[in-house]
Amino acid sequence: MQNHYSLWQNLLILGIFLISLIYSLPNLFGEDPSVQVSSTNTLTQDQANKIEASIKTNGVTPKAFEFTDGRILVRFNNTDDQLKIADLLRDQMGNDGTVALNLAPTTPHWLRSISAKAMYLGLDLRGGVHFLLEVDMDAAVKQAEERYTEDLRLALRDKKIRYQSVSKDSGYIRLKLKSAEDKAAVFDILNKDFRGLKVTEPPEQDQLWAKMSDADAREVKKFSVAQNMTTLRNRVNELGVAEPVIQQQGDNRIVVQLPGVQDTTRAKEILGTTATLEYRLVDVDHDVQKAVEGHVPVGSKLYYDKNKNAVLLDKRVIVTGDQIVDASSGMDQDGRPAVFISLNGVGAAKMGKLTQANVGKPMAVVFIENKVETKLVDGQKIRHKELVEKVISVATIQGVFSKRFQTTGLDSPQEARNLALLLRAGALAAPVDIVEERTVGPSLGQDNINKGVLSFVVGFVLVVLLMAGYYKVFGMIADIALAFNVVIVVAILSMLQATLTLPGIAGIILTVGMSVDANVLIFERIREEIRNAHPPQTAIFMGYDRAFGTILDSHVTNLVVAVVLFAFGTGSVKGFAVTLIIGILSSMFTAIAGTRMVINWIYGNRRVEKLSI
Amino acid sequence: MKTTHINFIGNRKIAMTFSGILMVIAIVSLAVRGLQMGIDFTGGTLIEVGYQQTADLAVLRKTLDESGFTNATVQNFGTSKDVLIRLKLQEGVNSADLSNKVLEAINKNTTTPASLRRVEFVGPQVGDDLATDGFLALLYSTVAILVYVAVRFEWKFSVGAIIATFHDVIVTLGVFSVFALEFDLTVLAAILALIGYSLNDTIVVYDRIRENFRKMRKTSTEDMMNIAVNDTLSRTIMISMTVFLVLVSLFFLGGEVIHNFSIALLFGVVFGTYSSIFIASPAALILGVSPEDLIVPEKEGAHLDGMP
Repeated sequence: MQNHYSLWQNLLILGIFLISLIYSLPNLFGEDPSVQVSSTNTLTQDQANKIEASIKTNGVTPKAFEFTDGRILVRFNNTDDQLKIADLLRDQMGNDGTVALNLAPTTPHWLRSISAKAMYLGLDLRGGVHFLLEVDMDAAVKQAEERYTEDLRLALRDKKIRYQSVSKDSGYIRLKLKSAEDKAAVFDILNKDFRGLKVTEPPEQDQLWAKMSDADAREVKKFSVAQNMTTLRNRVNELGVAEPVIQQQGDNRIVVQLPGVQDTTRAKEILGTTATLEYRLVDVDHDVQKAVEGHVPVGSKLYYDKNKNAVLLDKRVIVTGDQIVDASSGMDQDGRPAVFISLNGVGAAKMGKLTQANVGKPMAVVFIENKVETKLVDGQKIRHKELVEKVISVATIQGVFSKRFQTTGLDSPQEARNLALLLRAGALAAPVDIVEERTVGPSLGQDNINKGVLSFVVGFVLVVLLMAGYYKVFGMIADIALAFNVVIVVAILSMLQATLTLPGIAGIILTVGMSVDANVLIFERIREEIRNAHPPQTAIFMGYDRAFGTILDSHVTNLVVAVVLFAFGTGSVKGFAVTLIIGILSSMFTAIAGTRMVINWIYGNRRVEKLSI
Repeated sequence: MKTTHINFIGNRKIAMTFSGILMVIAIVSLAVRGLQMGIDFTGGTLIEVGYQQTADLAVLRKTLDESGFTNATVQNFGTSKDVLIRLKLQEGVNSADLSNKVLEAINKNTTTPASLRRVEFVGPQVGDDLATDGFLALLYSTVAILVYVAVRFEWKFSVGAIIATFHDVIVTLGVFSVFALEFDLTVLAAILALIGYSLNDTIVVYDRIRENFRKMRKTSTEDMMNIAVNDTLSRTIMISMTVFLVLVSLFFLGGEVIHNFSIALLFGVVFGTYSSIFIASPAALILGVSPEDLIVPEKEGAHLDGMP
């Protein structure tokens, strides 16, 4: 019996079709403009009620108000309402929570319960900004060397080993002892607490040189990227972006994608800076003027404030940014922008002890920013690093304080807000440099979707007409399989939550054109077998059988290229490769098994005189 | 469609001459003019802004000039309301903030501010990486396909297929060079897709040649190839036709961003079809393909047992 599929073969094909249909459904539903409110502490029902009430008093009727898992999602009928309420809630929540704009899918509950989601749209379709940040690995290693140097000094002092100098010089930490007899003790310390250092003995008897081992340097680099990702994630959360993507790319690059964000200036400021604060005592025992002339006393360091006035500060830091556990911005009693700081236990103890001993003396707040820029100089890419250290305020210690206090001296409320955010989110372990930016405005995103869909529909219809016109009934069957193929591609993209980009849509459109290739090969073969005077049933059988090898060969070449594209492509090109791969594979299934099933239904198992082909 | 009897192989000299001329033009243009590389590879900044009404490019250029962006190029993009501003990587300027500064500058003294539609900034490091990755992708996919065709067919066919494919790629690149079309990442993706696609038609013809070699031992190689090309002519054209149709749709309706991508594939498909009919088989013939080369390989369809 020729041209008959068994029951299970039919069921399998229909089953795949049904599942694909269900999982492609979410894409038919739209999205609601919505506002998402979340907080580091879970929001209470009480707070939720209050927010709901305040939305209503503002004359906006939300489409829905959802409070689940301590997070609030408010859906609106239009974007005007959304933006209005977002601003309102931002003011209302202040530092207590994050308010993010979002597009919430309107997928019905039964689909969400089987985790059927709409395709994940890339930034070129939904609008937003894509950054590629490069972590400055050399700086990370250098910082680690500095830490080692400082720690080594402390350890030597701790063990009462007298040394002439511990200095950092071209990758080596050079240790000069007072007497060569202490060497054994130093080795002890190094072996116990400084395993990351590789020690060499120079000809000079009183010296030891230490260098970070390769393994340690690698570790430091890995850690700095990981640490930076955490910090960036914190910062992005503080910015209030729904569904951000933060991913490592390669060894030293981090991708940050912020859907819906338009204000790229602020985003760049927040992501790229390594701003932090340090608190130091002012050196009142020495003359500032002399220091400016070049005689900086040992144990002190010369700084400048905003007005370029010199300030001499103690080299020892009281507290640094990483001891800050919380920071918020606001105004002080005199209406100046201020940052309110909370320290952790260690920091608070240190600050308490110091302020107690130094009441009446001045203390300075130093704002530190590590700027990295890549510039083109004489055609060469030069990485230009600049450490900006400026004193933002000097104030007399009025009384003892430890855990909570405020810092003023900032230029604007905006600066205070940014600084508070940066202090809360933590410092970057190593400076980052924005090496790529791709921003797509919301109008262009929608434009791209519309154009993509339109060209898809038109392309699809053209192919359908050509096939039906040229191959008649068989062509129409191929058209059904073609539609089936698109449904499968959409379903798989939805299930994988792979990113759909504009080139991705182009990839789907291209597979529409390529998908029927297999049918062309099969149908031409069937026609040929009929010309060779084979009966219709045999012709169908031979057509499918003989064309298969050719179909396989031609699809494999396409697949190979698509896989290579996927491996080397980035961003939207990868999206193209993904749809191409899925499209090629699923078209093999639909164009061969799918059409065969329908043809078997129509022609199989009965006497056929003539085929409509 | 009736089976045709066109003497493709016999007239190979005409096709070869035509292709030869095309190739020479393409290679000379590529060597002399080169490709108009997009910022994906050169690095730089690209800003697309939209106006409510027709944009006045002259005013825009003047504004940019006065604001110190002297090396900015300004042009319409798709419609007269959309404007594309390009900035090269500048000496001594940090490019990451450039886009914000440009937007600020053009919206400063105007009552009809432009809305930002798109910004692309590619730093010098990334541009180099993208170019390297692109080149590697081109290399690897070519090698992979060469190996696949060599395994499935025979080395002379493999070389023939590669010649045909290279022909398509170089001529398409030549089109981009001659008409100074911008070559960016999406175009590179299109060129790669083209490599896979261009082989499609060629393989259809080769499959038939292989089959005919087994069936018609007595016929001369040249005649057999002619029969194979003629036999497969309708499917070769249909296969290209379907893809051509969707690409035309993409070209006219897909928008400016995808324009060059569609152009690359459109030309690629046309040349691919042409080369698989006129170039691929003659190339294998000139390399000295004979029936003996194909007697040994597995019988076509042998691996199909068990397929429904």
